[in-house]
Amino acid sequence: MIRYIGIRILWFIPTVLSIAAVVFIIMQATPGSPFTSGGANMRPEDVARMEEQYGLDRPMIVQFGSYVWNAARGDFGESYARRPQKVGNIVARTFPVSFHLGVMGLTFAAIGGLTLGILAAVNQNGITDYFSVTLAILFFSVPNFVLGILLLLLFVFWIPGWTGISFFNLGGWDSPKDWVLPTIALGAGPLAIIARYTRSSMIDVIRSDYVRTARAKGLAEQKVILKHVLKNALIPVITLLGPLLAALATGSFFVEQIFAVPGMGKFFVTSMQAKDQPMILGVVLIYGVFLAIMNLFVDVLYGIIDPRIRLSGGRGD
Amino acid sequence: MAASQDSNADHVSQAQLLSEAAEAAPTRQASLWGDAWRRLLRNKLAVIGMVIASMLILIAVFADVIAPYGYAETVAVDLRLTKPSWNFPMGIDQNGRDVFSRVVYGARVSLLVGVAAQLIVLAIGVPVGAMAGYFGGTLDTALMRLVDVVYAIPQLLLVLLIVNMRGPGMSTIFLAIGLTGWVTMARLVRGQMLSIREQEYVKASRVSGAGPGYIIMRHMLPNSMTPIIVALTFGIPTAIFIEASLSFIGVGIRPPQPSWGQMVGTGQQYIRAVQHLMLFPSIAIALTMLAFTFLGDGLRDALDVRLND
Repeated sequence: MIRYIGIRILWFIPTVLSIAAVVFIIMQATPGSPFTSGGANMRPEDVARMEEQYGLDRPMIVQFGSYVWNAARGDFGESYARRPQKVGNIVARTFPVSFHLGVMGLTFAAIGGLTLGILAAVNQNGITDYFSVTLAILFFSVPNFVLGILLLLLFVFWIPGWTGISFFNLGGWDSPKDWVLPTIALGAGPLAIIARYTRSSMIDVIRSDYVRTARAKGLAEQKVILKHVLKNALIPVITLLGPLLAALATGSFFVEQIFAVPGMGKFFVTSMQAKDQPMILGVVLIYGVFLAIMNLFVDVLYGIIDPRIRLSGGRGD
Repeated sequence: MAASQDSNADHVSQAQLLSEAAEAAPTRQASLWGDAWRRLLRNKLAVIGMVIASMLILIAVFADVIAPYGYAETVAVDLRLTKPSWNFPMGIDQNGRDVFSRVVYGARVSLLVGVAAQLIVLAIGVPVGAMAGYFGGTLDTALMRLVDVVYAIPQLLLVLLIVNMRGPGMSTIFLAIGLTGWVTMARLVRGQMLSIREQEYVKASRVSGAGPGYIIMRHMLPNSMTPIIVALTFGIPTAIFIEASLSFIGVGIRPPQPSWGQMVGTGQQYIRAVQHLMLFPSIAIALTMLAFTFLGDGLRDALDVRLND
């Protein structure tokens, strides 16, 4: 067990470094230094002086090293667009909001997805199954920002227009009722993935020999499902957590934009539009590292729950 | 991976397979596609998907004929932001342009992105996966570590970085989606190669002196066709989704060229006044994604492919 966790943690370091390297290389290849772009009319010697001051004249590898070293201490430099605010401070202020939204989205997805998936598998080919599969395929294929907009149009404009009762605001993050629509928009896609996966995993287990044995010895159907099927069917669902968290993280860009949620995703979008390089680099790196940590956590969790994984050695592919 | 190493059985079946492969291969292949086609037609959702997708392709190809106005044409300045009416079924936008015409032209952008990005994915992913899977060893390790690195970062984040590097525009989007999307294809093809490499007909071909290029092109790729086709079908909605997302936040297709995502994004600025600007392109995106997902699901079942994702 300790060996398994150790291998996992050792894998984490090169993963994070390579994420940082890819991000850094792409940013290096991005044309225009902050002092030449944007119509700033500076003399070449001033540009050189500024670049020296910010360390942009040093060799690439040294710059990368110092970037990683500073980033590890939470220092991502100064935002170009919101000088003199530090990227680290902006992130510290906005990340909790995104995290909050992400946790709510994940909870919504997990509860809804598991319920739909289990109901569908238990009533296979029944009406419930048909309903959940249809809902899952709808949520799966409609992009989160399209769903967000349809929710916005429906609950903020049309239903109040027809009934005269308005409940939801056009956006914001002030009261808990503002949390509802973004959570649904963000969680719907993951919900569909969980539902589909749970359903097929359940059906696989229901057809297995030990479930047939359990039924043959006269156990009540409810007991078979709860004690034998659920426990084994839900283990593989945990592997979904990694991709789901990635979907939640990137989904937050668009959902936060639509519902005016003051989180990191919305800041990232405005930084993209303003070409605020340190901000972009910082946010991508933080999301990348956050997801790597989460994947590490999921791997370890999976190893604890399912002994077959940790006995088969380090890498699970 | 789980190929049997029973050498006696190998001798017998190699001889059999050599003779069978010469005669039976073409008919078997034809019946595979015929069966798949029949199974696909029996799947209602897949047929719906196929119908919508074909309509989209027709709309994209004949956009000039279908759209009553040009996508950048100012139809009526005094009617800016008017709601849908008989003459303008989807209303007029903030610049006095016909929304219906712009939605029609938007189909062109979406499908073009979907297809072009998949071509890049194919062009990078298949050779990398094939080489890694066929040759194995150090080459495999090196290529797969590269794949792991790209895989560790969510595709949308990488796409955003590349767009940030090259600036918005159609060619950037093809490139960004292609350069980040090939890893899935490479993994898939590698997995196929690993399992096919141990098959008896491949061994037979190698024994009779065929080189790696010939074996890969003649035997291994044709036998990996079905999962590749299914993966490509699923790749199209992914690419369309990424383009729509980028355009939605204003870093995708550059105006005045219309894209559904971009229309939704600009529509949001006028949401308090009118809602139809966002509604119709949103529906178009949702329908397109649904159609290709239905089709992909149907193809996967019809071709009986298990995608290990």
